[in-house]
Formats: sequence, structure tokens, C-alpha cells
Amino acid sequence: MSTKQILIAGFGGQGVLFAGKLIAYKGLIAEKQVSWLPSYGPEMRGGTANCSVIISDLPVGSPIISNPDVLVAMNLPSLKKYENDVVSGGIIIVDSSLIAEKVQRDDVTVYYVPATKMAKDEGFATLANMILMGKLMKACDYIGFDGVEAAVSKVVPPKKANLIDVNLKAIKAGYDFE
Amino acid sequence: MAEKVLMKGNEAIAEAAILAGCRHYFGYPITPQTEIAAYMAKKMPKIGGCFLQAESEVAAINMVYGVAGTGKRVMTSSSSPGISLKAEGLSYMAGSDLPCLVVNIQRGGPGLGGIQPSQADYFQATKGCGHGDYRMIVLAPSSVQEMASLTIKGFDLADKYRMTSMILADGTLGQMMEPVSLEEAVINDYDKSWAVTGTEMKRKKNLINSLSLVPEELEKLNFERYEKYKLVEENEVMYEEYMMDDAEVCVCAFGITARIAKNAIAMARAQGIKAGLIRPITLWPFPEKVLEEAADKVKGFVCVEMSMGQMIEDVKLATKCKKPVSLCNRVGGMIPSPEQVLEKIIDADKGGNE
Amino acid sequence: MVVFDKPKSLADVPLHYCPGCTHGIIHRLVAETIDELGIEGRTIGVAPVGCSVLAYNYFNCDMVEAAHGRAPAVATGLKRSDPEKHVVFTYQGDGDLASIGMAETVHAAARNENITIIFVNNAIYGMTGGQMAPTSLPGQVTQTSPYGRDTNHCGFPVKVSEMLSQLDGAGYIERVAVNNVKNVRNAKKAIKKAFQNQLDGKGFSLIEVVSTCPTNWGMTPVDALKWVEEKMIPYYPLGVYKDRDAESKEEA
Repeated sequence: MSTKQILIAGFGGQGVLFAGKLIAYKGLIAEKQVSWLPSYGPEMRGGTANCSVIISDLPVGSPIISNPDVLVAMNLPSLKKYENDVVSGGIIIVDSSLIAEKVQRDDVTVYYVPATKMAKDEGFATLANMILMGKLMKACDYIGFDGVEAAVSKVVPPKKANLIDVNLKAIKAGYDFE
Repeated sequence: MAEKVLMKGNEAIAEAAILAGCRHYFGYPITPQTEIAAYMAKKMPKIGGCFLQAESEVAAINMVYGVAGTGKRVMTSSSSPGISLKAEGLSYMAGSDLPCLVVNIQRGGPGLGGIQPSQADYFQATKGCGHGDYRMIVLAPSSVQEMASLTIKGFDLADKYRMTSMILADGTLGQMMEPVSLEEAVINDYDKSWAVTGTEMKRKKNLINSLSLVPEELEKLNFERYEKYKLVEENEVMYEEYMMDDAEVCVCAFGITARIAKNAIAMARAQGIKAGLIRPITLWPFPEKVLEEAADKVKGFVCVEMSMGQMIEDVKLATKCKKPVSLCNRVGGMIPSPEQVLEKIIDADKGGNE
Repeated sequence: MVVFDKPKSLADVPLHYCPGCTHGIIHRLVAETIDELGIEGRTIGVAPVGCSVLAYNYFNCDMVEAAHGRAPAVATGLKRSDPEKHVVFTYQGDGDLASIGMAETVHAAARNENITIIFVNNAIYGMTGGQMAPTSLPGQVTQTSPYGRDTNHCGFPVKVSEMLSQLDGAGYIERVAVNNVKNVRNAKKAIKKAFQNQLDGKGFSLIEVVSTCPTNWGMTPVDALKWVEEKMIPYYPLGVYKDRDAESKEEA
């Protein structure tokens, strides 16, 4: 019986909510219990946006996360704000092309992924979020990689179906990043 | 079982309303419920329905009054400040015995307040929103699945008793996504011979009206309406009991706070404290009986609310103050943490009140 | 041979209106129209709050009583419930339509809502006992303007027909009066056209009827009619303020 509480945080416009949706759908496809909760309101526009995703074998109680098992930080304010909330033994994934600072804690596993730069270099500049999700799938066995195609085709709207492949490519790039 | 899809609570309400046969929606934009209007704006024109953005909340509820008068299923949705504006129309709906569904995705108040979640409209919903003696059936979902199922239930109860059903949720439930399975709703056939649809010169005219200038007649109407409310109280109470079999502390919470309470109960049980939960699903009619029965078994109650303590009054009344009832609350858009609830459970287990 | 009869769609009950009040005439014109167009069986009327609140007792078609000022919103719901079948009219006074219900009025017009509004303007709140209305004339003495309406203090009357005619959405706006035979005949024509427009799907029609209130004006019925002629009509000139149909024909 396991539960993973995942907090994805960054600026509005970085695809934080979309990334969370992908993970939620992955959980759903794996027949887990899931919840997805966005921050909402004016802060979405240019301010910080975050998204709480819970994947569990048990029914999800509160969808609100106070102490995430996994933090994906896509900008410095988010890392500063949530770093200390992560559970001991948890995981922090940092977009190191946007965050120069290092995580101060030594009781968590940290992955530095230059996702924004990788995305630019690979020619899918808007998909740094997907690269980070790929890393998340690698770092967190409970989420894993299986079923990613089905999840991507659920979250990419039918009108943009041509973007499924490039999303998968970005996820794979993050998954393979060492 | 229909395929499970991820949906926001607000969208689940909208889709469920359509499944329940609602083809008329009137509303006015307000955070955090606007997804309902947006969903309806997209869907209604494609299924021969009517979505209309009204000039105000006041106009929206009166458009609802018009469609309800014709006997068709109709709804509006808003958030706290908007519901205050609809209060006038809700009173007229009650006075004219018209069915409709109203959704309140609550936010912090009073006044313009904030846009983050709240449960501070409990009094407004359960004690009568507008003027005069009347009730609304108040349904409090606690998951996105219930946002859908209680919407369908709400339409049915509204038609059955010719009164307003209100979905009382909050910003968290409106905005969060969870898996939902949406099934075709069973639409019961209720008598609508009272509706104004044109006499077609075949029957006497119908009148939708709440004016009654003769005191004796108005009194009679009120007594009759309360006979109907009594039937609702007898037949339509809904609640969830969670780990109550051996519980010594009873947490009482509805909607989103009930989920937080469940986390806290798991933590309490891990410490050996026998805590359980009674979650009212209908806030009116209130599940008084089960609470009174619990009062004979537990040491005390903890009411978890995102208000300054509103439902706690009904809990105290229902339990006839047989056992201490303490309040665990956050307000203004803040949400209680499981740890905060746990602390209160520990206090209640020790027999402390405050 | 019957030369004068009660319209069929008007109930055979005594009206409660004061002696000399012109509501009775206007009710009759609406009922005659419903009869002549043969639409009683599909018509739903909306009564306001004010003297004509009890209009719901006087028309034989289905009726709805609305909250104060909300009749155009209620009518919107009634119409949109079944746009093909339902013929929907509201019957509203000046306080109801031009004060508390101004937003509903303006937006129903702006939406070109396919309904018919009969707006009875007698420049005073009748049912509550003669207070200043949004249409009370400058200098007019009422219970709440006992020294005469002071425009420096409480502003100017609202000319509803002129105002609504500025909206692209409004289809047909005409101001009429019922103070003499000629005007009554014109009023009938206008009301009938307003209903016919709805049947033809031409959208929002509003007929403003300049009316009297002998009781609260403190006049005899005859003097009240004279006051309409001498004071009301000069401030509220009669005529067609908007007729989109005629305009488009002219352009063609």
C-alpha cells in the first residue's frame, strides 16, 4: 500500500498544471486512486502556479499536500517556498537551467536537470515541463514509465494530436537524462 | 460502469446536469466556479440547450425562475457573493414552489472576501438564504464523483418536492480533478401539471405566484409547505459514517474538510485513539438522529469547518449537548491541516472541550 | 348584435384599479390583441410589482408573478424554455421597469430578447401610495418629493423609449398614450404590432404607455387626462422611437 504526494511548482505559463495532469492520468491508467489540485486565481497569470497530485493505492483523503514526497521546482521562488516541506527521504527535481542555487537539505534525493536548456536545444522549447516529468518517472518507481503513451494521448487535446510524439520525445529525454 | 475520466469538480457538475436533462443554464462569471458556465457555453448549443450569460446574478436567478415555471430542469451556479445576490430569487422560488438547482462553490467572505475555498455560507444555505420561512435541500459533495452524483440527485429531489436543491461545495472541490464515472441519469417523471406552458385552451390557466395578501391564506400556504419539508426531513437525510463502529471521538465535517478529517482519523488510529467521522451529505435536512445516537457512545465531538463555526450549532442541537463539541477551524481561504484536526481529536479523547 | 364585448382573454372579474386609472384600458388593449391574434393558448404573461401586480388575476392566459423589476429576466426564461411556442409579455410600471428593474430592461433590449413589454408610465409609485418615480416630472410633487422634484437634488426623469432606442438590440420602441380616443386607437395599433413582431421573430418590442394616476396625483380623472395632455406628453413625446423593420425596409 503506497501513496505518493507530488507537488509541481513554477511560473504560470510553464505548463505546471498540464504536467500534473499527465501524472494524474498515468495514475488513473495504472488503476490507482488519484487527485489533482491546482492553485487558482489571479496568481496563475505570471505569478507562481502550483499543482498537487496524489497517486495512491488507497482512496485519497485530503487532496491538499502539506508535505510532498516529490517536489518538482521549475523556478527559484518555488524551490525556496517548498524545499523545507518535502518529507525526509523525499525527492526534489530542479530545473537547473532556471535555478542556479543548490538544494540545502541533505536528507532528500535531488536531481538537477537543465530542462529548459535541453528543451531549447532539442527544438521543443515549450516542453521543459515534460522533460522534468520524464525525470520524475525515472526517479519515482511508483510512477514509472509504463503507460506513458496512453497518458499523453489523454492529456493532449484531440485538436493537437500531432503534438503527442514530441511530448513523448521530451519525456523520454528527461527519463534518459543522467 | 462508464469509463473513468479525470474531471474538475466544476466540470463534473456541468456534465452531470446535462445528463440529468438540464437544458437551460443562466449564470454570471465569478471565481472559483466559472468553469461551470464555460462548460455549459460550449455544450448547450450543441445539444439544443440554452446557455445565457445574464447581466447579473439577480437576472440569472430570475431567468431560472422563468424556465422553472415552465416545468423544465434549469440551473444556475455562482460563488458566495453571487449567491447573496440570488437570495431574492431563491425566496421567490420557494414562495412559488418551483424546482431548480443552484450551485454555490464557496469562497472566503464576508463581503468581496477572497477567492480561496471556504465553508462560511453554511448558515446562508441551511437557514434560508432570502426572506421568509423556507428551506432548500442542501447537498454537500466531498469528491468530484459526488459533485456529479449529487447534482443528478439534486435535480431529482427538486422536482420531487418542487423546491430548490443547492449544491454547497467550495473552491477546492470545484477546481480539483479526480476520476469520475458518469452514467446516464434516471430521470423520474414527476407531475408538472402546474407549469405555465400555455393553456392551449384546453385547461384552466396556471399561475406561478408567491403573493398572497390574505393572512389566513398565506399562513395556510406556509403550514402546507412545512408539511412538505417534514417529508424531506423524514425521507431524504444522507450521511456517511466512517470508522464509527468503535469510535470514542466523533469528528463531524462536510465537503472538503471531511477528507482532511479522514487523514487525521487515520493518524489518530495509528496512535491508538479510536476516532471516527460522521459526514453530513445533506446539510438540510441535517442528519440529527445519527448524531444523537453517536452522542450516547462517544466521549466528544470535533467539528471541522472552514468557517468561524456554523455547522457546530446544528451538531450541538442534534446531540442535545450530551457531550462536549469542540471546533477545529480555519477561515478566509485557509484550510485546516490533518495535524490541526489530530490535535483536537487528542484533546477530545482526553475529555477536554476547548 | 353585440357591438361591444369584453375580450375573451380578459377574466370576467371586477378590476381593483382606482376610478379613472387607465390600467383598465391598457389591459383591454392587450387582451383584444391576444384575442385577435388567436394566441391565448400559447401566451404567458408576467406581472410586475406595483399597482398592476394583480394583473395575473385579469388575464386568462397562463401568468407568472415576478419579483420587483425582474419581469424581463423571468420573461427571458419563459421565452427561452420554448421559443417556438411561447408568446411572452410583461406588463410593468415605471418604478418596476425604470428603477429597480432598469438593468433587466436594458439587457433584455440589448439581447433583442423576442418578448413584448408593456410599460405603463404614470410618473409615480401608485401601490405604495404616491412616491417619486424615476419618471416623475421636474417639479412634480409626490410623497417623497413634497417640495416638488428638485433636479439638483434627485436628478432628472428617465426617458425610457428614447434611451432604449439607442440600443442596436431593441427592435421596436413606441410611446403611446390612452388619454383620448385617437390615442387609444394608436396605442392599440402599437401593442398589436409589438405582439405581431414577436410572432414574426423580430425581437424585442416595448410599448411605453403614458398613463394616469388620479389618486396619487390628487386630481379628478378628467383633470388627470388633461395633465397627461399638458404636462406628460410634452416631456414624453409620443411616437415611434425605433422600428428596425421599417428602417431596414427604407434602406432596401
